[in-house]
Amino acid sequence: MKWIYIAIIVGATTVGEVMQAAGMRRHGEIHDFRPGAIGRAAAMLSRNAFVVGSVVAMAVSFFAYLGLLTIAELSFAVPVTAVTYVLETILAKYILKEHVNWLRWVGACLVICGVALVSL
Amino acid sequence: MSNEAARLRVKTWICGTVVVLSNVFGNLFLKKGMPAELPTPLSYITVLFQPWVALGVVLLILWLTSRMTLLSWADLSYVLPVTSIGYVLVALAGRLFLAEQIPVKRWAGIALIVAGVSLGTPPRTHKPEAGR
Repeated sequence: MKWIYIAIIVGATTVGEVMQAAGMRRHGEIHDFRPGAIGRAAAMLSRNAFVVGSVVAMAVSFFAYLGLLTIAELSFAVPVTAVTYVLETILAKYILKEHVNWLRWVGACLVICGVALVSL
Repeated sequence: MSNEAARLRVKTWICGTVVVLSNVFGNLFLKKGMPAELPTPLSYITVLFQPWVALGVVLLILWLTSRMTLLSWADLSYVLPVTSIGYVLVALAGRLFLAEQIPVKRWAGIALIVAGVSLGTPPRTHKPEAGR
C-alpha cells in the first residue's frame, strides 16, 4: 500500500508542478502584493487552465500523502516523494524550455542521490 | 548589479524562505496530528478538522501560494534545487520534534543534498509573456 501511495504522489505531483510552472509563466510576474491586487490575480489564475489543472493534480497528491503519513515516518515520507525531482527537471528543460546548465544538472544529481539515501 | 537584479534577488530570497519554512512546518504539523489509520474515504476529510492537521493544511496552502508567486518570476529548474533544502529540514524536524530515528545513511543523504543545493546558481528569470 505504501508504494501505491508513493506512485500516486509522484505522478500527480510531477504533472501538477509542471502545469503550475507553465500557468504562472503564462500569467507573468506578480508585482503588486496589496490585498486587492492579490484578489485580482487570484481571480485571473482561477481562469488559467494550467493553474486549475495543477490544483486538481496537487489535491490528488495531497490526499495520497495523507494516506502515506498514516503508515510512514515523516523523515521517510517527504524525501521519498523527491523521486519527482528528476522527472520535473527533465520536463522543465524539454516541456517548459528552461535553460538548465551543467552545474545545475550536477547539483540536481547530488540532491537526488542524497534524497535517495535519506529515504533508504 | 543593477537595481532591478538586486530587487529580484531580495524578493527571491524572501519568497524562497517562506516557501521552505511553510513546507517544513506544514508537513511537521500534518504528521503530528495524523491518526494511525484512515479507514474510510470520509476519514480523509474529517481528519482535516484535527487542530494540528488543520494548522498543517493552512501552512501548506501558504507553501503552495508562495511557491506559485516565486514561480511567476523564477524558473522551475531554479526553484526545485533551492527549495529542496526543505527535505533536510523536514528530516531534522522529524528527529527533533517527533523523535524519529534517522540512520547514518539518511544523514549521509542530507550531506549530499546540502552539497547539491550549494551548487545552485542565481536565478535566470524569464521574461513574463504578459506581466500584470
